[in-house]
Parts: sequence; structure tokens; C-alpha cells
Amino acid sequence: MFVNRARFSTSILTQQIRRLKSTLVLAEHNNEVLNPITANTVTAAKKCGAGDITVLVAGTKCGPASEAAAKLEGVSKVLVAENAAFNGFTAEALTALLVATQNQYKFTHILSGATAFGKAVLPRLAAKLDVSPISDIIDVESEDTFVRTIYAGNAILKLKAKDPVKIITVRGTNFEAAKEGGSAAIEKAPEGDFKTDLTEFISQELTKSERPSLTAAKVIISGGRGLKSGDNFKLLYDLADKFGAAVGASRAAVDAGYVPNDLQIGQTGKIVAPDLYIAVGISGAIQHLAGMKDSKVIVAINKDPEAPIFQVSDYGLVADLFKAVPELTTKV
Amino acid sequence: MSRILVGVKRVIDYAVKIRVKPDKTGVVTDGVKHSMNPFDEIAVEEAVKMKEKKLASEVIALTIGPAQSVETLRTALAMGADRGIHVEISGKEWELLQPLHVSKIFAKVAEKEKVDFVIVGKQAIDDDSNQTAQMTAALLDWPQATFASKIEKKGDKIEVTREIDGGLETVSCKIPAVISADLRLNTPRYATLPNIMKAKKKPVEKLAAKDLGVDTAARIDVVSVEDPPVRQAGSVVPDVDTLVAKLKDSGFVK
Repeated sequence: MFVNRARFSTSILTQQIRRLKSTLVLAEHNNEVLNPITANTVTAAKKCGAGDITVLVAGTKCGPASEAAAKLEGVSKVLVAENAAFNGFTAEALTALLVATQNQYKFTHILSGATAFGKAVLPRLAAKLDVSPISDIIDVESEDTFVRTIYAGNAILKLKAKDPVKIITVRGTNFEAAKEGGSAAIEKAPEGDFKTDLTEFISQELTKSERPSLTAAKVIISGGRGLKSGDNFKLLYDLADKFGAAVGASRAAVDAGYVPNDLQIGQTGKIVAPDLYIAVGISGAIQHLAGMKDSKVIVAINKDPEAPIFQVSDYGLVADLFKAVPELTTKV
Repeated sequence: MSRILVGVKRVIDYAVKIRVKPDKTGVVTDGVKHSMNPFDEIAVEEAVKMKEKKLASEVIALTIGPAQSVETLRTALAMGADRGIHVEISGKEWELLQPLHVSKIFAKVAEKEKVDFVIVGKQAIDDDSNQTAQMTAALLDWPQATFASKIEKKGDKIEVTREIDGGLETVSCKIPAVISADLRLNTPRYATLPNIMKAKKKPVEKLAAKDLGVDTAARIDVVSVEDPPVRQAGSVVPDVDTLVAKLKDSGFVK
């Protein structure tokens, strides 16, 4: 009896030690550069209580991203899977690799940024492992307790995950980026036949922009239906140049065809939290606020004094944007 | 001819300002207006369009949830779905039901009904998970075309344009496939009164999770549901000059 109990507690202890040492971060990159959200995800991984963090870099060309990942503080190992099968980073091929990696290393936490990429891949992996994934966390309370928003950010859910493996996507704006200064070992990821004929990547049409990316920008100028046309967005680009800012949009502006969809900020677009967010001609629907209300300072320019955006703005200006924005551009 | 399974969820209407329960166990749902998850309306519209284009012969709408979910199913039928399936789950079990459970039910129904496409919304606006399509595809070992803004049949495959962070991307998927609908896929039609009347006569099959062999044991515990932090009330400035001065004070303008 006593022996049994001792064995039992030893096994718990080994489990705990193993649990402390096994987090995998799925890196996001474009075969050229590492997506900055990977650094934020590493910070979230540290908060999960993981001493050892492994980053998996998969793609058709992994050199630059794996070197960048190895430099992140807190990363102890980088696994590289360079293979033509990962062309287009399809979830089908990556899931096969992730399952093979998990079978070999038995991670307790698997994380990725909550981007279009992470959102597509991690739930597929979770189903293969029979785990309920946890989307878009904003905080980590302990190794099994996480915080996320529900109802377009109008409620905050704290949940305890019961599954043995935690599969998590991370809201980048809620975690500092891990700093450089590490020097992790770079190793080969498990090999296998990861080629899939289920989905084939055909092409990409990326929006070209010289501006900072929306999710990384310190200042964002955002336009809504009040801009009235795509051409009028030039007013916002002029103002954005003064601040070195990114330009975003509400769903109304995207649906009206003023700007492409990847500029959409909100519940179903991008979630941003810049130092300064200037909302121009945006009423402030719940779904839009969900994407920007964690910004440090919010400025609203709208001619309707009753617009809900004024309830969250630090500085509101009730004015015609076609007069106020050019004036602001000349004065800043 | 293809058959399509389309998923619909009854959620609190998108325009309702939700309230958190004082005991922090969830949000108030009693007496609150519910409707079909907006992304699911887009999924139903696409399924019905595919039928109208003769790409499919039958559209089956599936909902999972308490008894009232049948209303949502009737809306899908009024939009053009041919028949409905209601997997009833209520009470505590419903509150803790996760997309993993939902996906297992979808996968079982997809196999049982021998469908060629499963179309669901990209995410439900209540739990904001964005998982069901991906997990259903994984369980069936089918391709997933997530965040779709355009779907075209090309030979024996479908070509799907997906909304990704930097713009758009196009992938080609084998059929059968699972698709999740993004906002830009289409504009859902309104159910007309005659169609709402007709929908009342369309068949709805009622099933339980255990009929399908799906275990719905809880995968999470809800620790708490709370209000988000309230932002400090701001001020309205009289003119652009004052705004510039405020931005200077905060260090944004030098």
C-alpha cells in the first residue's frame, strides 16, 4: 500500500516535471521573415509555466525565420521542417507535421498567434488530438486557467481547461513581445510524408503597403462609412503620414468597397491596441469596438454627437471630418 | 448530385448589448432577443445559392442547442434549406458545450447523410471561438476552406478565395470539403412570408448526441464571466486646435 502510494506520487511528480518542460509554439512566417506575433506568443508560453519552450518553424524556406526564432529570449529549441509539402502553409499539411511532432515530444501546451494562420491550423490539430482548443486568450492565470473574451469583447471568460494538452491561440496585443538575446539550438523536426492532396495552394493577392502593419502599429487612423468613398481615404493616408501610422477601417467601409478586407478592425477583423487610435467617421458599433477598445488613447471625429464611439473615446471632436481631418493634418 | 450540410446556431442577436449575470456564471439570456448567428446566415445563403446553380440537390440544415433552436432551423428552411436536423442539448450541458463536441456531431451527421459539403459560419458571435469548421474537417479528414469569400466549382474540385491577414489567397480543395463563410461571401436573403409559411411544413428530425455516439462530457470549467474594464469617460473637445494640444500633452505630437 505504502509502496503503491509512493509510486503514485512519484508518477505525479514526473508528470509535473514533464508538464513544466513542454511547450510548443508554432511560428508564423512567410518564408522570409518571422511574423512578430510569434514573439508575443513566446511570452504567453512563458506565462503557462513552461521552462522549456520549443518553436516549430515549417515552410518551404525556413532559414531566416528559424534564426529569428532562435534569438528570442526564453526559447530553448527551434525545430525546423523545410519541405515542399508546406507550400502555402495549408492547415492540412501542417496538422500532419504537428501530430508527428506531438507524438514524439508530448508537449503539454501548444500555442500559436491568433491570426488567420493560427486560427486555421490549431483547431484542426486539436480535433486530431481530441482536445478542446482555447481561442484568442488575453491572459494566462496558470498552466490550465486562461482568460479570453466572448460576445465581441463585452464579457471576459476565465476558464479552466480539463484536457491534458492545452491548445491555445494568443491575442498578440495582450502579451509583450519576447526580447532578443536568446540562442536556442536549431534541430530538425520529425520527418515524414506530410504532403496532402486535400488542399492545394493556388495563389495569393496581398495588399501592398509601405505603412506599418495594423497589428504592430503604434498609431492607427481608421475610417468608416462617413468617408463616403474609397478616394476620400486619401485624407486618412495624409494624416497617417504625419504620425507614421497604419490605416484601418470599419466593416461598413470594407463592405462598401472603400478599402480591402484586410484593413477591417473589429470582432471578425483584426484586434488592435495601439497607443493612439483615431476613429474617423466611425459610429462605434459593438463589433468595431471589440477590435480597438484596448487602445491606450482613443480619438473620435464624428459629426453625430450621439455616436456611441464618443462613449469610449478619450478625446472626441464633433465635426465634419472633411473639414476637421485636413485641418488636423496641417496642424500636427 | 451533391448534398450540403449547413450549420446554424441560435445566438443572442448581434445588436443586443449583453449583460453579465451578477453571480458571474455567464451572461443573461432569458428574455433576450436571439437570432441566427450572422455568419451562419451567410453559410445558408451560399448553400441555397449552390442548389440554385444546380451544384447541389439538397440542403440540410443542422442546429445544436435547446428547444428554441428550432426557430433558427425554421429560418434556415425559410431561406431555402430543404430539411432540418435538431440535436437537442440544453441546460448545463449546453452551457459547457464546446466546438469540439459540435464538430463531432457535425462529422457524424455528415457521414450519416452522405453529404459532399459542410458549410458553417466562420465564427459564432457569442463564444467567438472560430473552431467548428476546422475541427469538423479534421474529424472527417476532409480539406478545410476557412474564411471563404468566394467559392467556385472547378471540375471535380472547388476553388475557394480565403480572407487572410495580408489580403486574399486562393486554394483548391478536393470534394468532399468543409467550408467556413466569411462576411464577404454573399449577402443573405430575407425569408419572405410565404416561404416562412412553407418552412413550417418542411421536415425537422430530432436527434440526441448519444444517438450519434457523441460524448458531450465537459472539457472546461467556467471559472467566471465578468464585465470588461470600463474606460474612463473622456471629454469632447471644441475644435481641432484643442485636439492638437491634447495630443501634444499626451506626447503623440511634438
